[in-house]
Amino acid sequence: MFDTALSANDLVFLAKGAGITILVTAISVVIGTLLGILFGVIRVQLGPVLAAPLTFFLDIFRSVPLLIQLVLGNAFVGMVLQLQISGFTVACIVLSLYTSAYCAEIVRGGIDAVPEITRRAARSLGLTWGQDMRYIVLPLATRVALPSWIGLALGVMKDSALVYVVQVTELLKSTQILITRLQEPLFLLLICGAFYFIISFPLARFGGYLEKRWSND
Amino acid sequence: MAARITRAAFLLFPKGRITQMFDYTFQWKQALNRLPQMLDGAMVTMEIAILSMGLGILLAILLTVMRLSGSRPLMAFATTWVEIARNTPALFQIYMAHFGVASFGIHFSPFVSLLIGITFNNAGYLTENFRGALKAIPDTQGRAGRSLGLTQLQAFRHIIMPQMLRISFLPMTNQMVWAILMTSLGVTVGMNSDLYGVTQDLNALTFRTFELFALAGVIFYLITKAITFGGRLIAARLFRY
Repeated sequence: MFDTALSANDLVFLAKGAGITILVTAISVVIGTLLGILFGVIRVQLGPVLAAPLTFFLDIFRSVPLLIQLVLGNAFVGMVLQLQISGFTVACIVLSLYTSAYCAEIVRGGIDAVPEITRRAARSLGLTWGQDMRYIVLPLATRVALPSWIGLALGVMKDSALVYVVQVTELLKSTQILITRLQEPLFLLLICGAFYFIISFPLARFGGYLEKRWSND
Repeated sequence: MAARITRAAFLLFPKGRITQMFDYTFQWKQALNRLPQMLDGAMVTMEIAILSMGLGILLAILLTVMRLSGSRPLMAFATTWVEIARNTPALFQIYMAHFGVASFGIHFSPFVSLLIGITFNNAGYLTENFRGALKAIPDTQGRAGRSLGLTQLQAFRHIIMPQMLRISFLPMTNQMVWAILMTSLGVTVGMNSDLYGVTQDLNALTFRTFELFALAGVIFYLITKAITFGGRLIAARLFRY
């Protein structure tokens, strides 16, 4: 009833693509989050005026299509600097910066959500800035920031579908390659979509659950 | 000094071969000469974004009504739409609208496919925004409308919906920015009249990849800033109490 030319080898090929998708996402989210925390804290510490250059720099990553960022990153590294770096590395660097721009915003929101008076109380009790950050701000800000951060990580996974433009064969690109060969677009796209959905949906639900659970205490 | 940098670069990128560093002359003039063509592309980008946003808002209102309707099939339909739109890449949705439906013998032009893909995505995200906005509107308002003799739909149409749209105005401008950024994905289904498509065609002609795409990036940046700023102005003007 349902014939397909899809072979076991093709499935392995798709699984490899999925592996690349997850790898790119994992690397970018980890580096991007670390950078994002750094940028977010710097922005809060410096205040809006002094941090304006940083804000502007990060804003670029949120206002220019990721596709253009990737092409520009690739052209800059390849044509201007004339370094021979793999597309994978370029993809990770660009996606990390992209993630950090959004993450900085989330971190800033999280820190802003901690009442000023709570932090002053901590400082009055003799906590250093570091201790205040570690024991007061971190736990309180995490509650606000974590659900959005999960959303961000999933967003980056979905956006990683664009790294095909720097010659990285991730899931969607491998699907497209198979489509060209097998001419069964609907079936292959459904497999590909199901993969994204299966990873994204439970985590998104978990984020929604955390948000609901942590919002009213 | 230069030798030291080169050696350091070799250590950093062991597989890399460094031929020449910074041996690249920027030719911005070539890109700037093409600016009129790119601005035409920007107009198409705006057109798609505005159309997809308008249709997306209408569909999102429809989906919100379905979610509130209490009928199981309608709720299931709306939830499925929202979850697929939110949990798969926008690029996948555009592929679906182009290559996926081709399996049924339906062939859309790249413009229509892109529009359908982005509209689908917009509607999903906006429905979720509307859901958040609905939470901020007290239940009692709808009930008051009902006691005054309005039907369920009238109460939604005249009491709930205006407040819902007002509360979700700023998220909507954000979604509009997303719609602008998403138009760049049209190139994957063969779209060549939008800003990204035009830039790619020009790149094939001139090979000034960096300059052309940097210029396209600047145009995208200005468009998104104009939308964010315009949205804030409109909000300040319309929603004064």
